[in-house]
Amino acid sequence: MSAATGSPHGATPADAEAPPRGELTSGRAGAVTAKPPGMRTTVGVLLRKELLVELRTLESVPGMSLFAVTTFVVFHFALNRSSVDGDLAAGVLWVTLLFAAILGVNRLFVADADQGGFDGFLLAPVDRSALFVAKMLALLVYLVAFELVAIPAFALLLLGPPLGQALPGLLAVLALGDLGVAVIGTLVAALAVRTRARDLLGPLLALPLLVPIVIGGGRATSPLLTLNHPGALPGRWILTLALYDLVFGLIAYALFDFLLED
Amino acid sequence: MAALQLEGLARHYGERAALSDVSLSLDVGKTLVVFGPNGAGKTTLLRILATLLRPHAGNVSVLGKSLPEEGWAVRGRIGLLGHEPLLYRELTARENLRFHARLHGVGEERVQELLQAVAMTGRMNEPLRTLSRGMVQRVAVARATLHDPQLLLLDEPRANLDPAAIELIDPLVGAASERTRVISSHDPTGGLAEADVVLGLRAGRPALLRAACDVDPTEIAELYR
Repeated sequence: MSAATGSPHGATPADAEAPPRGELTSGRAGAVTAKPPGMRTTVGVLLRKELLVELRTLESVPGMSLFAVTTFVVFHFALNRSSVDGDLAAGVLWVTLLFAAILGVNRLFVADADQGGFDGFLLAPVDRSALFVAKMLALLVYLVAFELVAIPAFALLLLGPPLGQALPGLLAVLALGDLGVAVIGTLVAALAVRTRARDLLGPLLALPLLVPIVIGGGRATSPLLTLNHPGALPGRWILTLALYDLVFGLIAYALFDFLLED
Repeated sequence: MAALQLEGLARHYGERAALSDVSLSLDVGKTLVVFGPNGAGKTTLLRILATLLRPHAGNVSVLGKSLPEEGWAVRGRIGLLGHEPLLYRELTARENLRFHARLHGVGEERVQELLQAVAMTGRMNEPLRTLSRGMVQRVAVARATLHDPQLLLLDEPRANLDPAAIELIDPLVGAASERTRVISSHDPTGGLAEADVVLGLRAGRPALLRAACDVDPTEIAELYR
């Protein structure tokens, strides 16, 4: 039976002249004009959906914020110090931000994997890289949103030097660090989400790749958080962070399509 | 003109063969109904035709394009209605359809038209998680037909639907839609009534492949024994 054919009826002339894409007509509802969207439109559509789902579920940002604040409280008591500065302050800040970010990374593709969003997207005639860009931007938004809570909490609970003096430089370092976390986090989340051990695999893959960002971010932040001796932004570490972001951005962009393949 | 052309199609999951040596041809506008017990390979076949799974052996041509190489050319011309509705539970029916419509470059008026067609305008602004399974299935039918696909891949499309809802969706995914269709079914009588060609699968292998007019319902029932 294996090579049998099942073509008992011929095609009608109307069937043979199926309308080309873009001029499809619906037998029931009349003409449907379908023009596949471009990259920017697709990213916009995906990002809007992503933020809408997060606003409805509040699964990522509140959890990340609460985790960061709780960790600062734990550090406050564990270090038995009322304030920290310099290397220690930078280390506490970046390690906390990293682990809080992992919570967001782990949730990034869960709704898509569990509710068929991947398949819905893959059936659309759009550039698949748009999903990477949209997810990366969404994660970036989550990171910025939770840092709006975490940084003031850090200043209030642990930081010795006033935050104001360090703020402009700190924002620059955070921007580069967040970009790197968003790029690597999106790549790793896409890789892990289709596995059964995604909750374990995500952090296991992400943490080693994110260590250079913690090192670069910590080194760049340390002089900014030094009591009475506020230093300038260390250009070497800023450049390192920027290069790391760029390299992983290119790698992720090149690999992402393959991660969506069966 | 053949809408589907399969030659020696095979697909494995690890050591297990989900589909082996499936060959058939289906003309444009015709309906292929696939029967078979659970695990026979029906869903795998639909997912390969939808470009969501790669075939591991054989040649697959869908709407004149070879898969997986030219999969990009047929995406957007296929409508898939599977076991999962491919809709986000936290979004409303309207938001879900608008999302898919934008991905397919279809206008807002088509969303409204389909919400009316599946009688969901009254509940279109409620999150999907608050709707019954039948209502979600109606929204899923609207999602699968938003972009007016030339090929419909339907995995038990009437599951969870009451008779009134079945009447609602028939113009979209039934014979009246005049689209090429591949339907997975467990209903020998109903399935046979819709079919132009019947494929019966058993353990991933074709056990029956014939024009529907030459198939007796008892042959289909035999597949499940």
